[in-house]
Amino acid sequence: MDGPVEDFATDWDHTDPRWVHDPYPIWDELRERCPVAHTERYGGAWFPSTHAGVSAVATDTEHFTSRTVVIGNGRPMEDAPPAPIGVAPPITSDPPFHQIARRLILPVFAPGPVRELEPMVRALCERLLDALEGATELDAATGYAQFIPPAVIIRMLGFPEADEDLFREFVHIVLEGVNLPVEQRIEEFAPIEAYLDAQIEDHRANPRDDLTSYLLGVEVAGQRLAIEHIRGTMILVLIAGIDTTWSAIGASLWHLASHPEDLARLVAEPELLAVAVEEFLRFYAPVTMARLVKDDVEFLGCPMKRDDWILLGFPAANRDPSAFPDADRFVIDRLENRHLAFGLGIHRCAGSNLARMELRVAIESFIARYPRFTLVDPEAVTWSQGQVRGPRSVRVRVG
Amino acid sequence: MRVSIDAERCQGHGRCFTVAPTVFGFDDLGNGVVLVASPEGEGARLARLAEVNCPEHAITVEA
Repeated sequence: MDGPVEDFATDWDHTDPRWVHDPYPIWDELRERCPVAHTERYGGAWFPSTHAGVSAVATDTEHFTSRTVVIGNGRPMEDAPPAPIGVAPPITSDPPFHQIARRLILPVFAPGPVRELEPMVRALCERLLDALEGATELDAATGYAQFIPPAVIIRMLGFPEADEDLFREFVHIVLEGVNLPVEQRIEEFAPIEAYLDAQIEDHRANPRDDLTSYLLGVEVAGQRLAIEHIRGTMILVLIAGIDTTWSAIGASLWHLASHPEDLARLVAEPELLAVAVEEFLRFYAPVTMARLVKDDVEFLGCPMKRDDWILLGFPAANRDPSAFPDADRFVIDRLENRHLAFGLGIHRCAGSNLARMELRVAIESFIARYPRFTLVDPEAVTWSQGQVRGPRSVRVRVG
Repeated sequence: MRVSIDAERCQGHGRCFTVAPTVFGFDDLGNGVVLVASPEGEGARLARLAEVNCPEHAITVEA
């Protein structure tokens, strides 16, 4: 099925221009009218829009598999390596293998190691801002936010710093080409795998203190990791750590550029930033993740079929008025905030500590340099398509 | 006051030790651990705040 969507309850498509432009009114309506929407597109898919519905699927690994978490046109078995490893462990792994793969990487992204990265991120933000010095207009997304996560991930993986542009291209291929035919997807993935294999070879020859060498050296039950596992975890870090975080930074700066009262408050009360970051994450949660139905099941009152997709609308859950008072209002000092921006259950974003730190430091550095900035043209802002939502360009007047 | 974390529910979101760093810490995997089981004053206030910010409802604060 193709073409524009007429009714999102029975024919939703997360790549439809209306959804990409402004999904929130669509989700509000679905929550009222049809809390679990269905579509025949992508071979059959469901979209729960309530906090309860999203939570129920996210925490249920008995009926749903994470074998593939990005919706595409191919049926899952065509383009996914066999269980238990999956394309990008542990995000594409199910229990019990999931726990093994997750325990391997959690220490790398735990609060301690992330704190050690903070001075590097702060210095990076300062350098980016220095480079913009003197401009009266700049793009807070493509001239600032976009450079932060790839620089951090490249340093963690120990890849050449000159490859940052290449990195962003890879991420674009993975995340925004979801509606392409399977053969084309596989073709587009080939250079990514070749690049990663070259980095792995280089690290085998010259081991060093980084995530790549860690993955090459770590043992589970006396065995080194399979090459598919190593490459898969790199792909995970690449796709989950870059587009997501720059989207969150971009959306936050977009919000501040268009809400001078919130910007003024944050400049006047910097101690509010940690609380504000959680509200940015709730209100502009960039990530939706998919699951597949394992076997035919009646769930949330719907007749789900084996290999149907479920799109987990964490951003929709975050706007559910039954879970958040004034859910549709951005409240910069919201003290109670059980948002699901990083998911729920065993697949909670493994990089959430890192993402939060990058988001906090990026905002803090930007508003310290530019205590006042406004959008050049609110109509000119466009948002990314796919399962990661963020503004692709945020031109602001700073002078 | 008695503060506890249900280790089965905790998924390491990290909200508790960010909101209430005097009451909660973290282990090597980033999961929350209770540092002060019976906090008082400001610690008690922050422990309650951590409870209502845990996405997994893993924290219990008994009066």
